[in-house]
Amino acid sequence: MPIQEIFFYLFSVIMVTAATLVISVRNPVYSILFLILTFFSAAALWIMLEAEFLGIVLVLVYVGAVMVLFLFVIMMLNINQSRVNEGFVKNLPLGIGVALVMLAEVLMVLWYKSQTGTDTYPLPVPHEQGYSNTAEIGERLFTAYLWPFEIAGIVLLVAIVAAIALSLRHREGVKTQSIPLQVSTEKRDRLEVIDMPVEHVENN
Amino acid sequence: MNWQDLQIVAPELFVLLMACGLLILDLFLSEQRRGILHLVSVLTMALAAIITLRGHPALEQTGAVMAFADTFVRDGMGDLLKVFAYMVMILVFVYSRYYLKQFNMYRSEFYSLSLFALLGAMVLISAASLITVYLGLELMALSLYAMVALKRDDRKATEAAMKYFILGSMASGMLLYGMSMIYGATGSLQISEISLAVAQQGSDNMILVFGLVFMVVALAFKFGLVPFHMWVPDLYEGAPAPVVLFISSMPKLAVFAMAIRLLQDGLSSLHTDWSGMLIVVAVLSIVLGNLAALAQKNIKRMLAYSTISHMGFVMLGLISGTATGFGASMFYVITYALMSAGSFGVIIFMSSKGIEAENLSDYKGLNQRNPWFAAMFAMLMLSMAGIPVFVGFFAKWLVIQAVVDAGLIWLALLAVVFSVIGGYYYLRVIKIMYFDKAVDENPIQAPSDFRAVLSVNALLMLVLGVFSSPLISACMAVF
Repeated sequence: MPIQEIFFYLFSVIMVTAATLVISVRNPVYSILFLILTFFSAAALWIMLEAEFLGIVLVLVYVGAVMVLFLFVIMMLNINQSRVNEGFVKNLPLGIGVALVMLAEVLMVLWYKSQTGTDTYPLPVPHEQGYSNTAEIGERLFTAYLWPFEIAGIVLLVAIVAAIALSLRHREGVKTQSIPLQVSTEKRDRLEVIDMPVEHVENN
Repeated sequence: MNWQDLQIVAPELFVLLMACGLLILDLFLSEQRRGILHLVSVLTMALAAIITLRGHPALEQTGAVMAFADTFVRDGMGDLLKVFAYMVMILVFVYSRYYLKQFNMYRSEFYSLSLFALLGAMVLISAASLITVYLGLELMALSLYAMVALKRDDRKATEAAMKYFILGSMASGMLLYGMSMIYGATGSLQISEISLAVAQQGSDNMILVFGLVFMVVALAFKFGLVPFHMWVPDLYEGAPAPVVLFISSMPKLAVFAMAIRLLQDGLSSLHTDWSGMLIVVAVLSIVLGNLAALAQKNIKRMLAYSTISHMGFVMLGLISGTATGFGASMFYVITYALMSAGSFGVIIFMSSKGIEAENLSDYKGLNQRNPWFAAMFAMLMLSMAGIPVFVGFFAKWLVIQAVVDAGLIWLALLAVVFSVIGGYYYLRVIKIMYFDKAVDENPIQAPSDFRAVLSVNALLMLVLGVFSSPLISACMAVF
């Protein structure tokens, strides 16, 4: 068995195990940590496929940014685990039933595939030296996939607009600081000089 | 990319520009002058229609033109659907202004999100690659999720938004999974190339059929077909009326285009496989939609089940897999979008003082309160029920004819029987309006533009019914 295959199976096994643990562990913080492990293994698989750029981006963006944000949210929210799991046992038989049917169908397809052996795809061939995955992606992104790329940008814009529309609210009666008012204030607005007769208090 | 590509996508670019422009324009407007946003939105739709139609004649000679490395296609079907999408959007804007003002939702986000959703629909309608199908769908859906939740302090609306969001994301996941299977089997994301590869492999390749199943599930979800319909009634009941008006009309046009792009343009060689699946969802939708609508007391829920059954009828035309069948379905979906917009227009019309007229009993004696609009609503209901002379009848007639041509007589009979059963709940609304005594006898007030557009919308059901042939032939000509 070539070394690549050994690594492929190693990473795959880690990935599948971690993915299963994401949905089966009780503590949501552990779930996130396992999800990070899943992403790491996926990144490793991508790097083995010579998609270095995607692998690195997966680690940087997902693990570095998105997952950390997730951790923050989960730690802040203090989710009550017993309530989340309510109805889990009740719905379990139905869930398992549906999952088994789907699994059987998927296996049937795979079995059929292995019987007929219609592999329409050749194995990937390694690229020659000096091949830059990043340059290749950049070129494709701005030529063949320019339209989808721009639309994806608009999807992100919509996400920003929606997030602001749903979370920004002007509530009445909230005491907030008004910086222009504070800056433009003058002495006479705040300070009143009163003429008053001096009182002499006699000490006994 | 070159200058020609930009000319081909001119309508999309214009809508995008205006959607972003509205966001900026809002910053310079005071509360009292929000009406400008409304005006600009309506004008945008009119101009977009002009831009689309201006580019169309050049198209007639070549059939379809591709742009952006074949990820975008502009053809007759796309242009026709887009023009009707603009028309429906004008209805949405005019009807919703009255409601938004009353319910304290009159903000620029409604308009810009609507335009973004329209942009998503346009991308989806013109998609020539699986990636653009997915991105267009997501752009449309994300805007819609946010619009449902715009009424933030309403528990029902928030719940509806949550359900719509979670189930919608699952459907997108299904779609992506199906697409990845198709990509794996054919090695291409381009719909035209997929079509060639599928024609070679046929349904011998199980992976193709496997991917197809997931795509059909996602399509059925987006159409709201049984058994993927659970979100529809809850969404219709919980979401604010203008948003339901929107969701029930314009996206249906886009999802129809998506069905054509994926099933006909991409996987037409698998017709025997997908027509079988569509028969199942169509039968279930027509039966369950009509039966469940009978039991509803809330008019929004009733219309939700009615949508389910109507979408079942739209499937009937697709099942046949012929050009006339697709034309019939397209005619159905266009007229349905107009009918549905009109019906929700009436619901908004009846809502006042911060209370939506949700219950059927709110419509008691509408004839005494406002005879003209009672007549308009009656026309919309008759059209939905498929009573002759009104356009709904011709739509049903055409799809049932397509099914008969395909040799599925039992399916045609079933559709006829259930449309008769469905007639009951539409006629019940008319009975309530004309023969029940009004509880609240106050006359109904609405702005004059609202009244005018609603009247035109309802009368269109009659006009399109009497002079149905131009639209029918236009729909038939694009396939």
